[in-house]
Amino acid sequence: MLRLGLKRNLKLGFKNLARHLTRSILTMLGIVFGVAAVVAMLAIGEGASYESQERIKSLGSQNIIIKSVQPPEETKARPPSHGIASAIYGLTYADAERMQATLPGIDVVMPIRETRQDIWNRDRKIDGLVRAAVPWYLQVTGQRLHGGRFISHVDMHARAAVCVIGSAVKRKLFPYENPLGRIIKIGKDYYRVVGVMQPILSGAGEAGLVTDNNAEVYIPFTTARARFGKTILKVSAGSFEAETVELHLIFVKVTDMERVLPLAEMIETLLARYHPRRDYEIIIPLKLLEEIRRSARMFSIVLGMIAAISLLVGGIGIMNIMLANVTERTREIGIRRALGAGKRDITIQFLSETVVLSVVGGVLGLGLGVTLPLLIALFTGLKVLFTAWSLLLSFGISAAVGLVFGIYPAWRAANLDPIQALRHV
Amino acid sequence: MSLIKLDHISKTYVLGDGDVEVPALQGVDLTVNTGEYAAIMGASGSGKSTLLNILGCLDRPTGGQYFLDSQNVATLDDNRLSRIRCRQLGFIFQSYNLIPQLSVVENIEVPLFYQGQSERRCRERAVALAERVGLSQRLFHKPNQLSGGQQQRVAIARALCNDPLVILADEPTGNLDSATGKEILALLDELNRAGTTLLMVTHDDHVAQRARRVIRLRDGRIASDHFN
Ligand SMILES: Nc1ncnc2c1ncn2[C@@H]1O[C@H](COP(=O)(O)OP(=O)(O)OP(=O)(O)O)[C@@H](O)[C@H]1O
Ligand SMILES: [Mg+2]
Repeated sequence: MLRLGLKRNLKLGFKNLARHLTRSILTMLGIVFGVAAVVAMLAIGEGASYESQERIKSLGSQNIIIKSVQPPEETKARPPSHGIASAIYGLTYADAERMQATLPGIDVVMPIRETRQDIWNRDRKIDGLVRAAVPWYLQVTGQRLHGGRFISHVDMHARAAVCVIGSAVKRKLFPYENPLGRIIKIGKDYYRVVGVMQPILSGAGEAGLVTDNNAEVYIPFTTARARFGKTILKVSAGSFEAETVELHLIFVKVTDMERVLPLAEMIETLLARYHPRRDYEIIIPLKLLEEIRRSARMFSIVLGMIAAISLLVGGIGIMNIMLANVTERTREIGIRRALGAGKRDITIQFLSETVVLSVVGGVLGLGLGVTLPLLIALFTGLKVLFTAWSLLLSFGISAAVGLVFGIYPAWRAANLDPIQALRHV
Repeated sequence: MSLIKLDHISKTYVLGDGDVEVPALQGVDLTVNTGEYAAIMGASGSGKSTLLNILGCLDRPTGGQYFLDSQNVATLDDNRLSRIRCRQLGFIFQSYNLIPQLSVVENIEVPLFYQGQSERRCRERAVALAERVGLSQRLFHKPNQLSGGQQQRVAIARALCNDPLVILADEPTGNLDSATGKEILALLDELNRAGTTLLMVTHDDHVAQRARRVIRLRDGRIASDHFN
């Protein structure tokens, strides 16, 4: 019963809109900006959440990280020994051994110690974080080497004086030369550089595993134990205050992602028994990942609402113009009705005008919404990510807005009394 | 078989909240045969336009029966009436009623457009009709670039384009000077000679003289109906 092909109606719609080009463009702007805003905001939001998800993933979603922290209530509780305030806290070797021995489903337990030291290459100096590491450190953390090799089992056996340096250390100490094979001074001892780490994404430090200034130096765990003893004294410059910490981090790799959360709970109970002061913190990248996903979802919902509001405003703009259009063209409607147009024909005619408006607006908005974030990305280095669904969604919504807000004016047009409409001046 | 048969058609307009009733037509009986040329006359307010609107299926009577080509159209719904207007009726208005943004050919095409004819067929027919009413030099002019007489010719071409059973004209020369009016009337005469049925409302006795039948209305009733 559809007497009019879609093509002819769209053509008619285009023609009528082209007749009032300025007005059509102004009406369209609402939709253009609405759609552009949705696409751009979603692209930026998706980009941000993608980036932080990648960061957390690089920490390994099968990992549990346990970190020594100073218990909040006692900073200077202990009597000073050797005239230096000293606090003993944190994870111990015993903790690591207990975990390895008692908890099921653990792949690797990897203890890490660290100490802040001055690191020298002749007269060049950097304040670095010396980390006692095991050969499987890379495999567990997912960090990568830039050049050379990491600490080996041979190094561990021999307690070799070798080190792997972070990218910032390389930049500072060896700005113009290849550091591999060179000797640097860490604290009082000399170490040969065997490898250079790849820089870590900024922000990865938030999970507590690594600092993101890339100023780490890795030495064999056994070497550290031999040279620094069982505990490490941290002397903060100003106050002659020392902390005695046995292990700074324990890295637990779980065999199966499913087991991460139950195992984290078991670790919590285990540690709580030996650490009533709660001088540790458990970090679960998987959980962080889920939190980020959740907040990304929230973000999308908020964006969606903003988008809905701006598209609503655009839609109301369209409706307003179309109502004016109907009034202005009352006589034309009367003529068309007298010449045989049915209500349906008039409805389709006006509806196709709004749909053309909103779809063209939607296409322009898509273009703008894709261009803007790309420009932003180009100039700020911000990551943007376009997903097919966000493009389809915003385009679909704009077309739907045209339909919904076009229906009432079209209905009004179709239901004009032909005789009255013909008399209209 | 008569083309048009009105059986006691009445039309009462109700104003306001139903308090005031205006009887525009009160029991009109009328029969028109194919090929006739009839003028409808009467004082202002006597119901000529109301009658023509009902004949043109633009309006429905409040009483009586209307057979068009032996189909009772008084009770049809809006959609069916639109189809009848589209396929079987032609209209000519006093004020031309062309669509201002459309060109001459596009205006002529409108009824064919609503019949769903192909663009090419529409265009061919429109051009042929424009030539028939003497506008072959003005095919792509807009209505406001034409004189009143030319505009009315476009309207006539438009009324012809669907090969209507009858053309209904409401004071087609009312807005034209007498010379131009005569040209239009000559064109209508010619159409009638070629077989088109014409019903024309007019105030002008000279105009009515050209028709072969004159129907006079008074207060919504047929006062006289005679052949010249
Ligand atoms: N929509 C309407 N609502 C109420 N009354 C109407 C309506 N249209 C027409 N009438 C009334 O119906 C009667 C007939 O009107 P109609 O327009 O048919 O007269 P007419 O013979 O065409 O007059 P004219 O020669 O002035 O055009 C008039 O009294 C008029 O007031
Ligand atoms: Mg009248």
